[in-house]
Amino acid sequence: MSKELLKGNVAIAEAAVRAGCEAYFGYPITPQTELLEHMSKRMPELGRVFLQAESEVAAVNMVYGAASAGVRVMTSSSSPGISLMQEGISYIAGSEVPAVIVDVMRGGPGLGNIQPSQADYNQVVKQAGHGDFHPIVLAPSTIQEAIDMMVLSFDLAEKYRTIVFLVLDGAIGQMMEPAELPPMQEVKKKRPFWALSSQEARRTNGELPQKNVITSIHLGAEALHKFNEHLQRKLAQIEANEVRYYENYMEDAEVAVVAFGTAGRVAETAVKTLRAEGVPVGLHRPITLWPFPEKRLQELADRVKAFLVVEMNAGQMFHDVREAVGREVPVEFLGRMGGLIPFPTEVEAEVHALWRRTEVLEMHRP
Amino acid sequence: MVTLEPPIEQLPCENLIYSRPESLAEIQTHYCPGCTHGVAHRLVAEVIDELEIQERTILVAPVGCAVFAYNYFDFDSAEAAHGRAPAMATGLKRVNPNSIVFTYQGDGDLASIGIAEAIHAATRGENITVIFVNNAIYGMTGGQMAPTSLIGQVTTSSPTGKDAALTGMPMHIAEMMAPLPGVVYSVRRSLHDARHTIQAKKAIRTAFEAQIQGLGFSIVELLSSCPTNWKMTPLDAAHWVRDEMIPVYPLGDFKVAEPLQNKNRSA
Ligand SMILES: Cc1ncc(C[n+]2csc(CCOP(=O)(O)OP(=O)(O)O)c2C)c(N)n1
Repeated sequence: MSKELLKGNVAIAEAAVRAGCEAYFGYPITPQTELLEHMSKRMPELGRVFLQAESEVAAVNMVYGAASAGVRVMTSSSSPGISLMQEGISYIAGSEVPAVIVDVMRGGPGLGNIQPSQADYNQVVKQAGHGDFHPIVLAPSTIQEAIDMMVLSFDLAEKYRTIVFLVLDGAIGQMMEPAELPPMQEVKKKRPFWALSSQEARRTNGELPQKNVITSIHLGAEALHKFNEHLQRKLAQIEANEVRYYENYMEDAEVAVVAFGTAGRVAETAVKTLRAEGVPVGLHRPITLWPFPEKRLQELADRVKAFLVVEMNAGQMFHDVREAVGREVPVEFLGRMGGLIPFPTEVEAEVHALWRRTEVLEMHRP
Repeated sequence: MVTLEPPIEQLPCENLIYSRPESLAEIQTHYCPGCTHGVAHRLVAEVIDELEIQERTILVAPVGCAVFAYNYFDFDSAEAAHGRAPAMATGLKRVNPNSIVFTYQGDGDLASIGIAEAIHAATRGENITVIFVNNAIYGMTGGQMAPTSLIGQVTTSSPTGKDAALTGMPMHIAEMMAPLPGVVYSVRRSLHDARHTIQAKKAIRTAFEAQIQGLGFSIVELLSSCPTNWKMTPLDAAHWVRDEMIPVYPLGDFKVAEPLQNKNRSA
């Protein structure tokens, strides 16, 4: 396989096809629409399911239905559409069926605009729907990563019977970059044991098998408490196994820049420039926003003198970094909203200022 | 005390004229006395038995009094979000085209919060069946007004009677569905007495046959009683269906696609 020039949204869609995605349901919204359009061509070509739903509310519930049948299924949308999907997301989480959702984030609140943004961090990571749960949230910063994580999303969703979110901002969705697509996987023949299918197909030794039920209701308080305990245990397992991050220049860094997605990419450019100037700065880029690389940030806090969080929002992941590193170490924030992407020079200026302040503080320490 | 000789379970088969359909689980329902949800369940179960499709049927249950329908039917089932059953059924049917997929929905679920999902599934000609239970009220939440409540009907959220100027006229789902091109079968029946119940069963059978033949979207609206929330005895409730509901909601066939005609016409 070799690299080709690919647009983010199209690359993700094709990666999903090659990951054996059997059904796609979605609704048009910029800056995600090319993903849906690519699926509208490719899925029928391969004899798989593509359906443009009447709304995001319907799309996510179609996903819920297909997920209940145990097939690889996905939807994609952008921020206002994700708001509409929250109900279905919560039901999917409560029924423990695997599903994949791509959120190509745009600026909000309200209709906002169609520019790149990271303002869905809280909505996706903290409260993707009512109740106690978290989806796994993957945040790529290049098209190649987005492709690789699209495939990973389906594997993780099935492994844990959970929702996996692939979150990117409009910039990654819209830009073009050389990248390599994965090999083609066929659609899985065998459905999982819990799936709604025909009992006939599950019949063994002439015995009619137990009926399968997919539901999120547990009427008794004790029963729902138990179910939530089970969910929490599963989440703890995911936290233990699935934390992913990327670091550069971190070994001897005294200032750490923390940023994800496009902001992480900008930050890396700034870090490289700063290193050339002799500033001891490094990059920590969370790849899983949930589970968050909390332990790693705690480790870094033991040896780093200051953190700078860069985001394309008003400071959402900032609070998670703050909580992870504690009160001892200063954590500064640089944010751009409304579709603005911070420039590397802005990050550099912020790090310079932070580094100077840290050095002055050091000098005045007894 | 009179003891049956031989015990009832040993009676010869030809004497057994009434038993639990295979498609109903051996479990007590939570429905109130006089509520016709149980009757509707039984009719659906009998039809599924007769058509021999139990092993390939999937129920999508609603949010409403029938939320636990998946406990009562004995085949694979899903429990949808309020009003979203037709969307969930769409997802299921598209990836399981050989399954027989049906939703079972109340009037709050289908006519109010889920009207968009219902109309679009119908418009697409989604090859599913909808059993639509119209009891003119929100049963599960304690008797609030529904889009199907009658003018003047007193409910817990229309204490002085439903006012058309404020909340509009009752919604006629079977008539609304009929002109949609994807709909092959849209009829209204009633469960208020034995004769009408038998007619309702025939309609349910035709609706499932439409799906088996791959014709498209089929819906059966069933006028049903809710004695508890109507604050009536079961008998008065049955009479209320006959005397108050049927004049507003005429029984009949609003669409019967060609391949289904000359069968099971309403009386
Ligand atoms: C999103 C949402 N809104 C409201 C409710 C509360 N609720 C549960 S059942 C119901 C109405 C059910 O009435 P209907 O569909 O007529 O069915 P019935 O109970 O009469 O059989 C409502 C409003 C809910 N569960 N979810």
